[in-house]
Amino acid sequence: MTALEVRHLHKRYGQQVAVNDVSFTVEEGEIFGIIGSNGAGKTTTVECIAGLRTPDSGTISVLGLDPIKDRAQVRERLGVQLQESSFPDAIKVAEALELYSSFYRKPADWRELMELLGLTEKRHTRYKALSGGQKQRLSIALALVGNPKVAILDELTTGLDPQARRDTWSLIERVRDTGVTILLVTHFMDEAERLSDRVAVIHGGRVAAVDTPAGLIAQASTVQQVRFRVRQPLDKRVLTELRDVTDVAITDDRWLVTGSGQLLSSVAGALARAQVVAEDLRLDRRNLDDAFVAFTGRAPQSPGPFRKEG
Amino acid sequence: MPALTNMIKIEAKLLLRDSATVLFGVLFPTGLLLGLGAVPALRESSPETGGLRPIDIWAPTALVFAMVMIAVQHVPAVITTYRERGILRRVSTTPAHPRTILLAQMIVAFASVVVSAALMIFAGWAVLDIAPPARPVELAVAFLVGYAALLGLGMISAAVVRTSSAANQIGTLLFVALMFFGGAFLPRTLMPDLLREAGQFVPPGLQALTAAWSAEAGEITATAGGQPFWLQIAIMAGIAVILSSVAAKLFRWE
Repeated sequence: MTALEVRHLHKRYGQQVAVNDVSFTVEEGEIFGIIGSNGAGKTTTVECIAGLRTPDSGTISVLGLDPIKDRAQVRERLGVQLQESSFPDAIKVAEALELYSSFYRKPADWRELMELLGLTEKRHTRYKALSGGQKQRLSIALALVGNPKVAILDELTTGLDPQARRDTWSLIERVRDTGVTILLVTHFMDEAERLSDRVAVIHGGRVAAVDTPAGLIAQASTVQQVRFRVRQPLDKRVLTELRDVTDVAITDDRWLVTGSGQLLSSVAGALARAQVVAEDLRLDRRNLDDAFVAFTGRAPQSPGPFRKEG
Repeated sequence: MPALTNMIKIEAKLLLRDSATVLFGVLFPTGLLLGLGAVPALRESSPETGGLRPIDIWAPTALVFAMVMIAVQHVPAVITTYRERGILRRVSTTPAHPRTILLAQMIVAFASVVVSAALMIFAGWAVLDIAPPARPVELAVAFLVGYAALLGLGMISAAVVRTSSAANQIGTLLFVALMFFGGAFLPRTLMPDLLREAGQFVPPGLQALTAAWSAEAGEITATAGGQPFWLQIAIMAGIAVILSSVAAKLFRWE
């Protein structure tokens, strides 16, 4: 079943077009990522889904309901964690959870959520005194306290340290395992790649691509590179003659082979036939960062390279 | 309405944790009255004022102090902070409406003003022997209408400013202006008639509060061209309605 459907969404502020014909669907139980640079139209799209803004044109359906016309029903079923929203400084963790749970007709057990998010120890702590990670966890707990079918999480891990980010990610996976559909908005490519079943790349108010993270990477990268080191003499032609290889570059004992297809096994096979022992043989895998650049022509604002090698 | 009841509970706790507001809005007026009452000259009755002491005539100003503090400074500061920090926005993504927070905040703030006033009237009577309000119903009406007008003014400030620091600045300016007419800097008996007459219509309407508290004090502070009590109340109610509608019209949730 479709949890979320956005069709031909348009939204402009005065002369500025924020969202220009965005369409995508999110299936029930999915973690669907929306990636894009700042100002790409992610937040406006999410605000329209949450019913905070009225689209200029296009339709949005949340579990078959319209966020504006069926406002009350949508709000019972949709949990939202907004970027740049906070809580009064002096409110305590347990108070915020109890208060927000009282807004819903069938809320989740807030004590259980507090436990799940590791906040029980902090239940008498004021919001102001929480760390960044704890604030973020409270914000997630409050997005889930209404027992939603669909949760929107906007810029989930901005400002968190690496350990807190990884903890938050495993938490989101646990939440998904309870059957909640998650719309994850982020400008961190590693986050989208790690968590999302599918990802929409939004650029300049449009959807540039929608696919699984692996699919996006495959679409964006036809070129592969294999690196290795050899201490023995090796004739370059052993590799240049291979069908999959387009280029071979050598720096001292370090070799870089560029090509396509089954590049790694072709190179490994050729080296074995030449009876050469290669050290540190590895395939440079493309990641979502590279795919993002390929689809949008600009670098994402990531916390640094996160290149997986294998 | 479990959402409203819970919000009132939370807002009450938040107010009690805000020590500056508790101190200045709730406790300070009593302290001010007792402090001035400690000045011997203000406790000497004079035949010119029909045996009333200056402190008897001045007491309603302490009431005005609490009302202005809460309605014009505290409430707008809290509400602009809630808007600035996305708290109102966050609530609008839930089945509750952000107006419930505003309502809860206003109810709690009003309760704190009532507590502040009760405390002050009691302390004035117990310590300084200031007679308790002679016409309590009239005083309650004047208090309610005057507070509503002040709150309307405070809400206009909360509606037009973007940041809580701007709200604080406007609040301070309004505080000084309103407290001038409220007799905090210059006793009303010393003001020229024009200012005293204008003061009848400056929220919360000190003249009506004074007259309801003590008819004798009211006669001393009234001017020849002054309006009758209920007309003052009606005019203040009209001011409250106008200010609140302007505030409602200008108010932005984001």
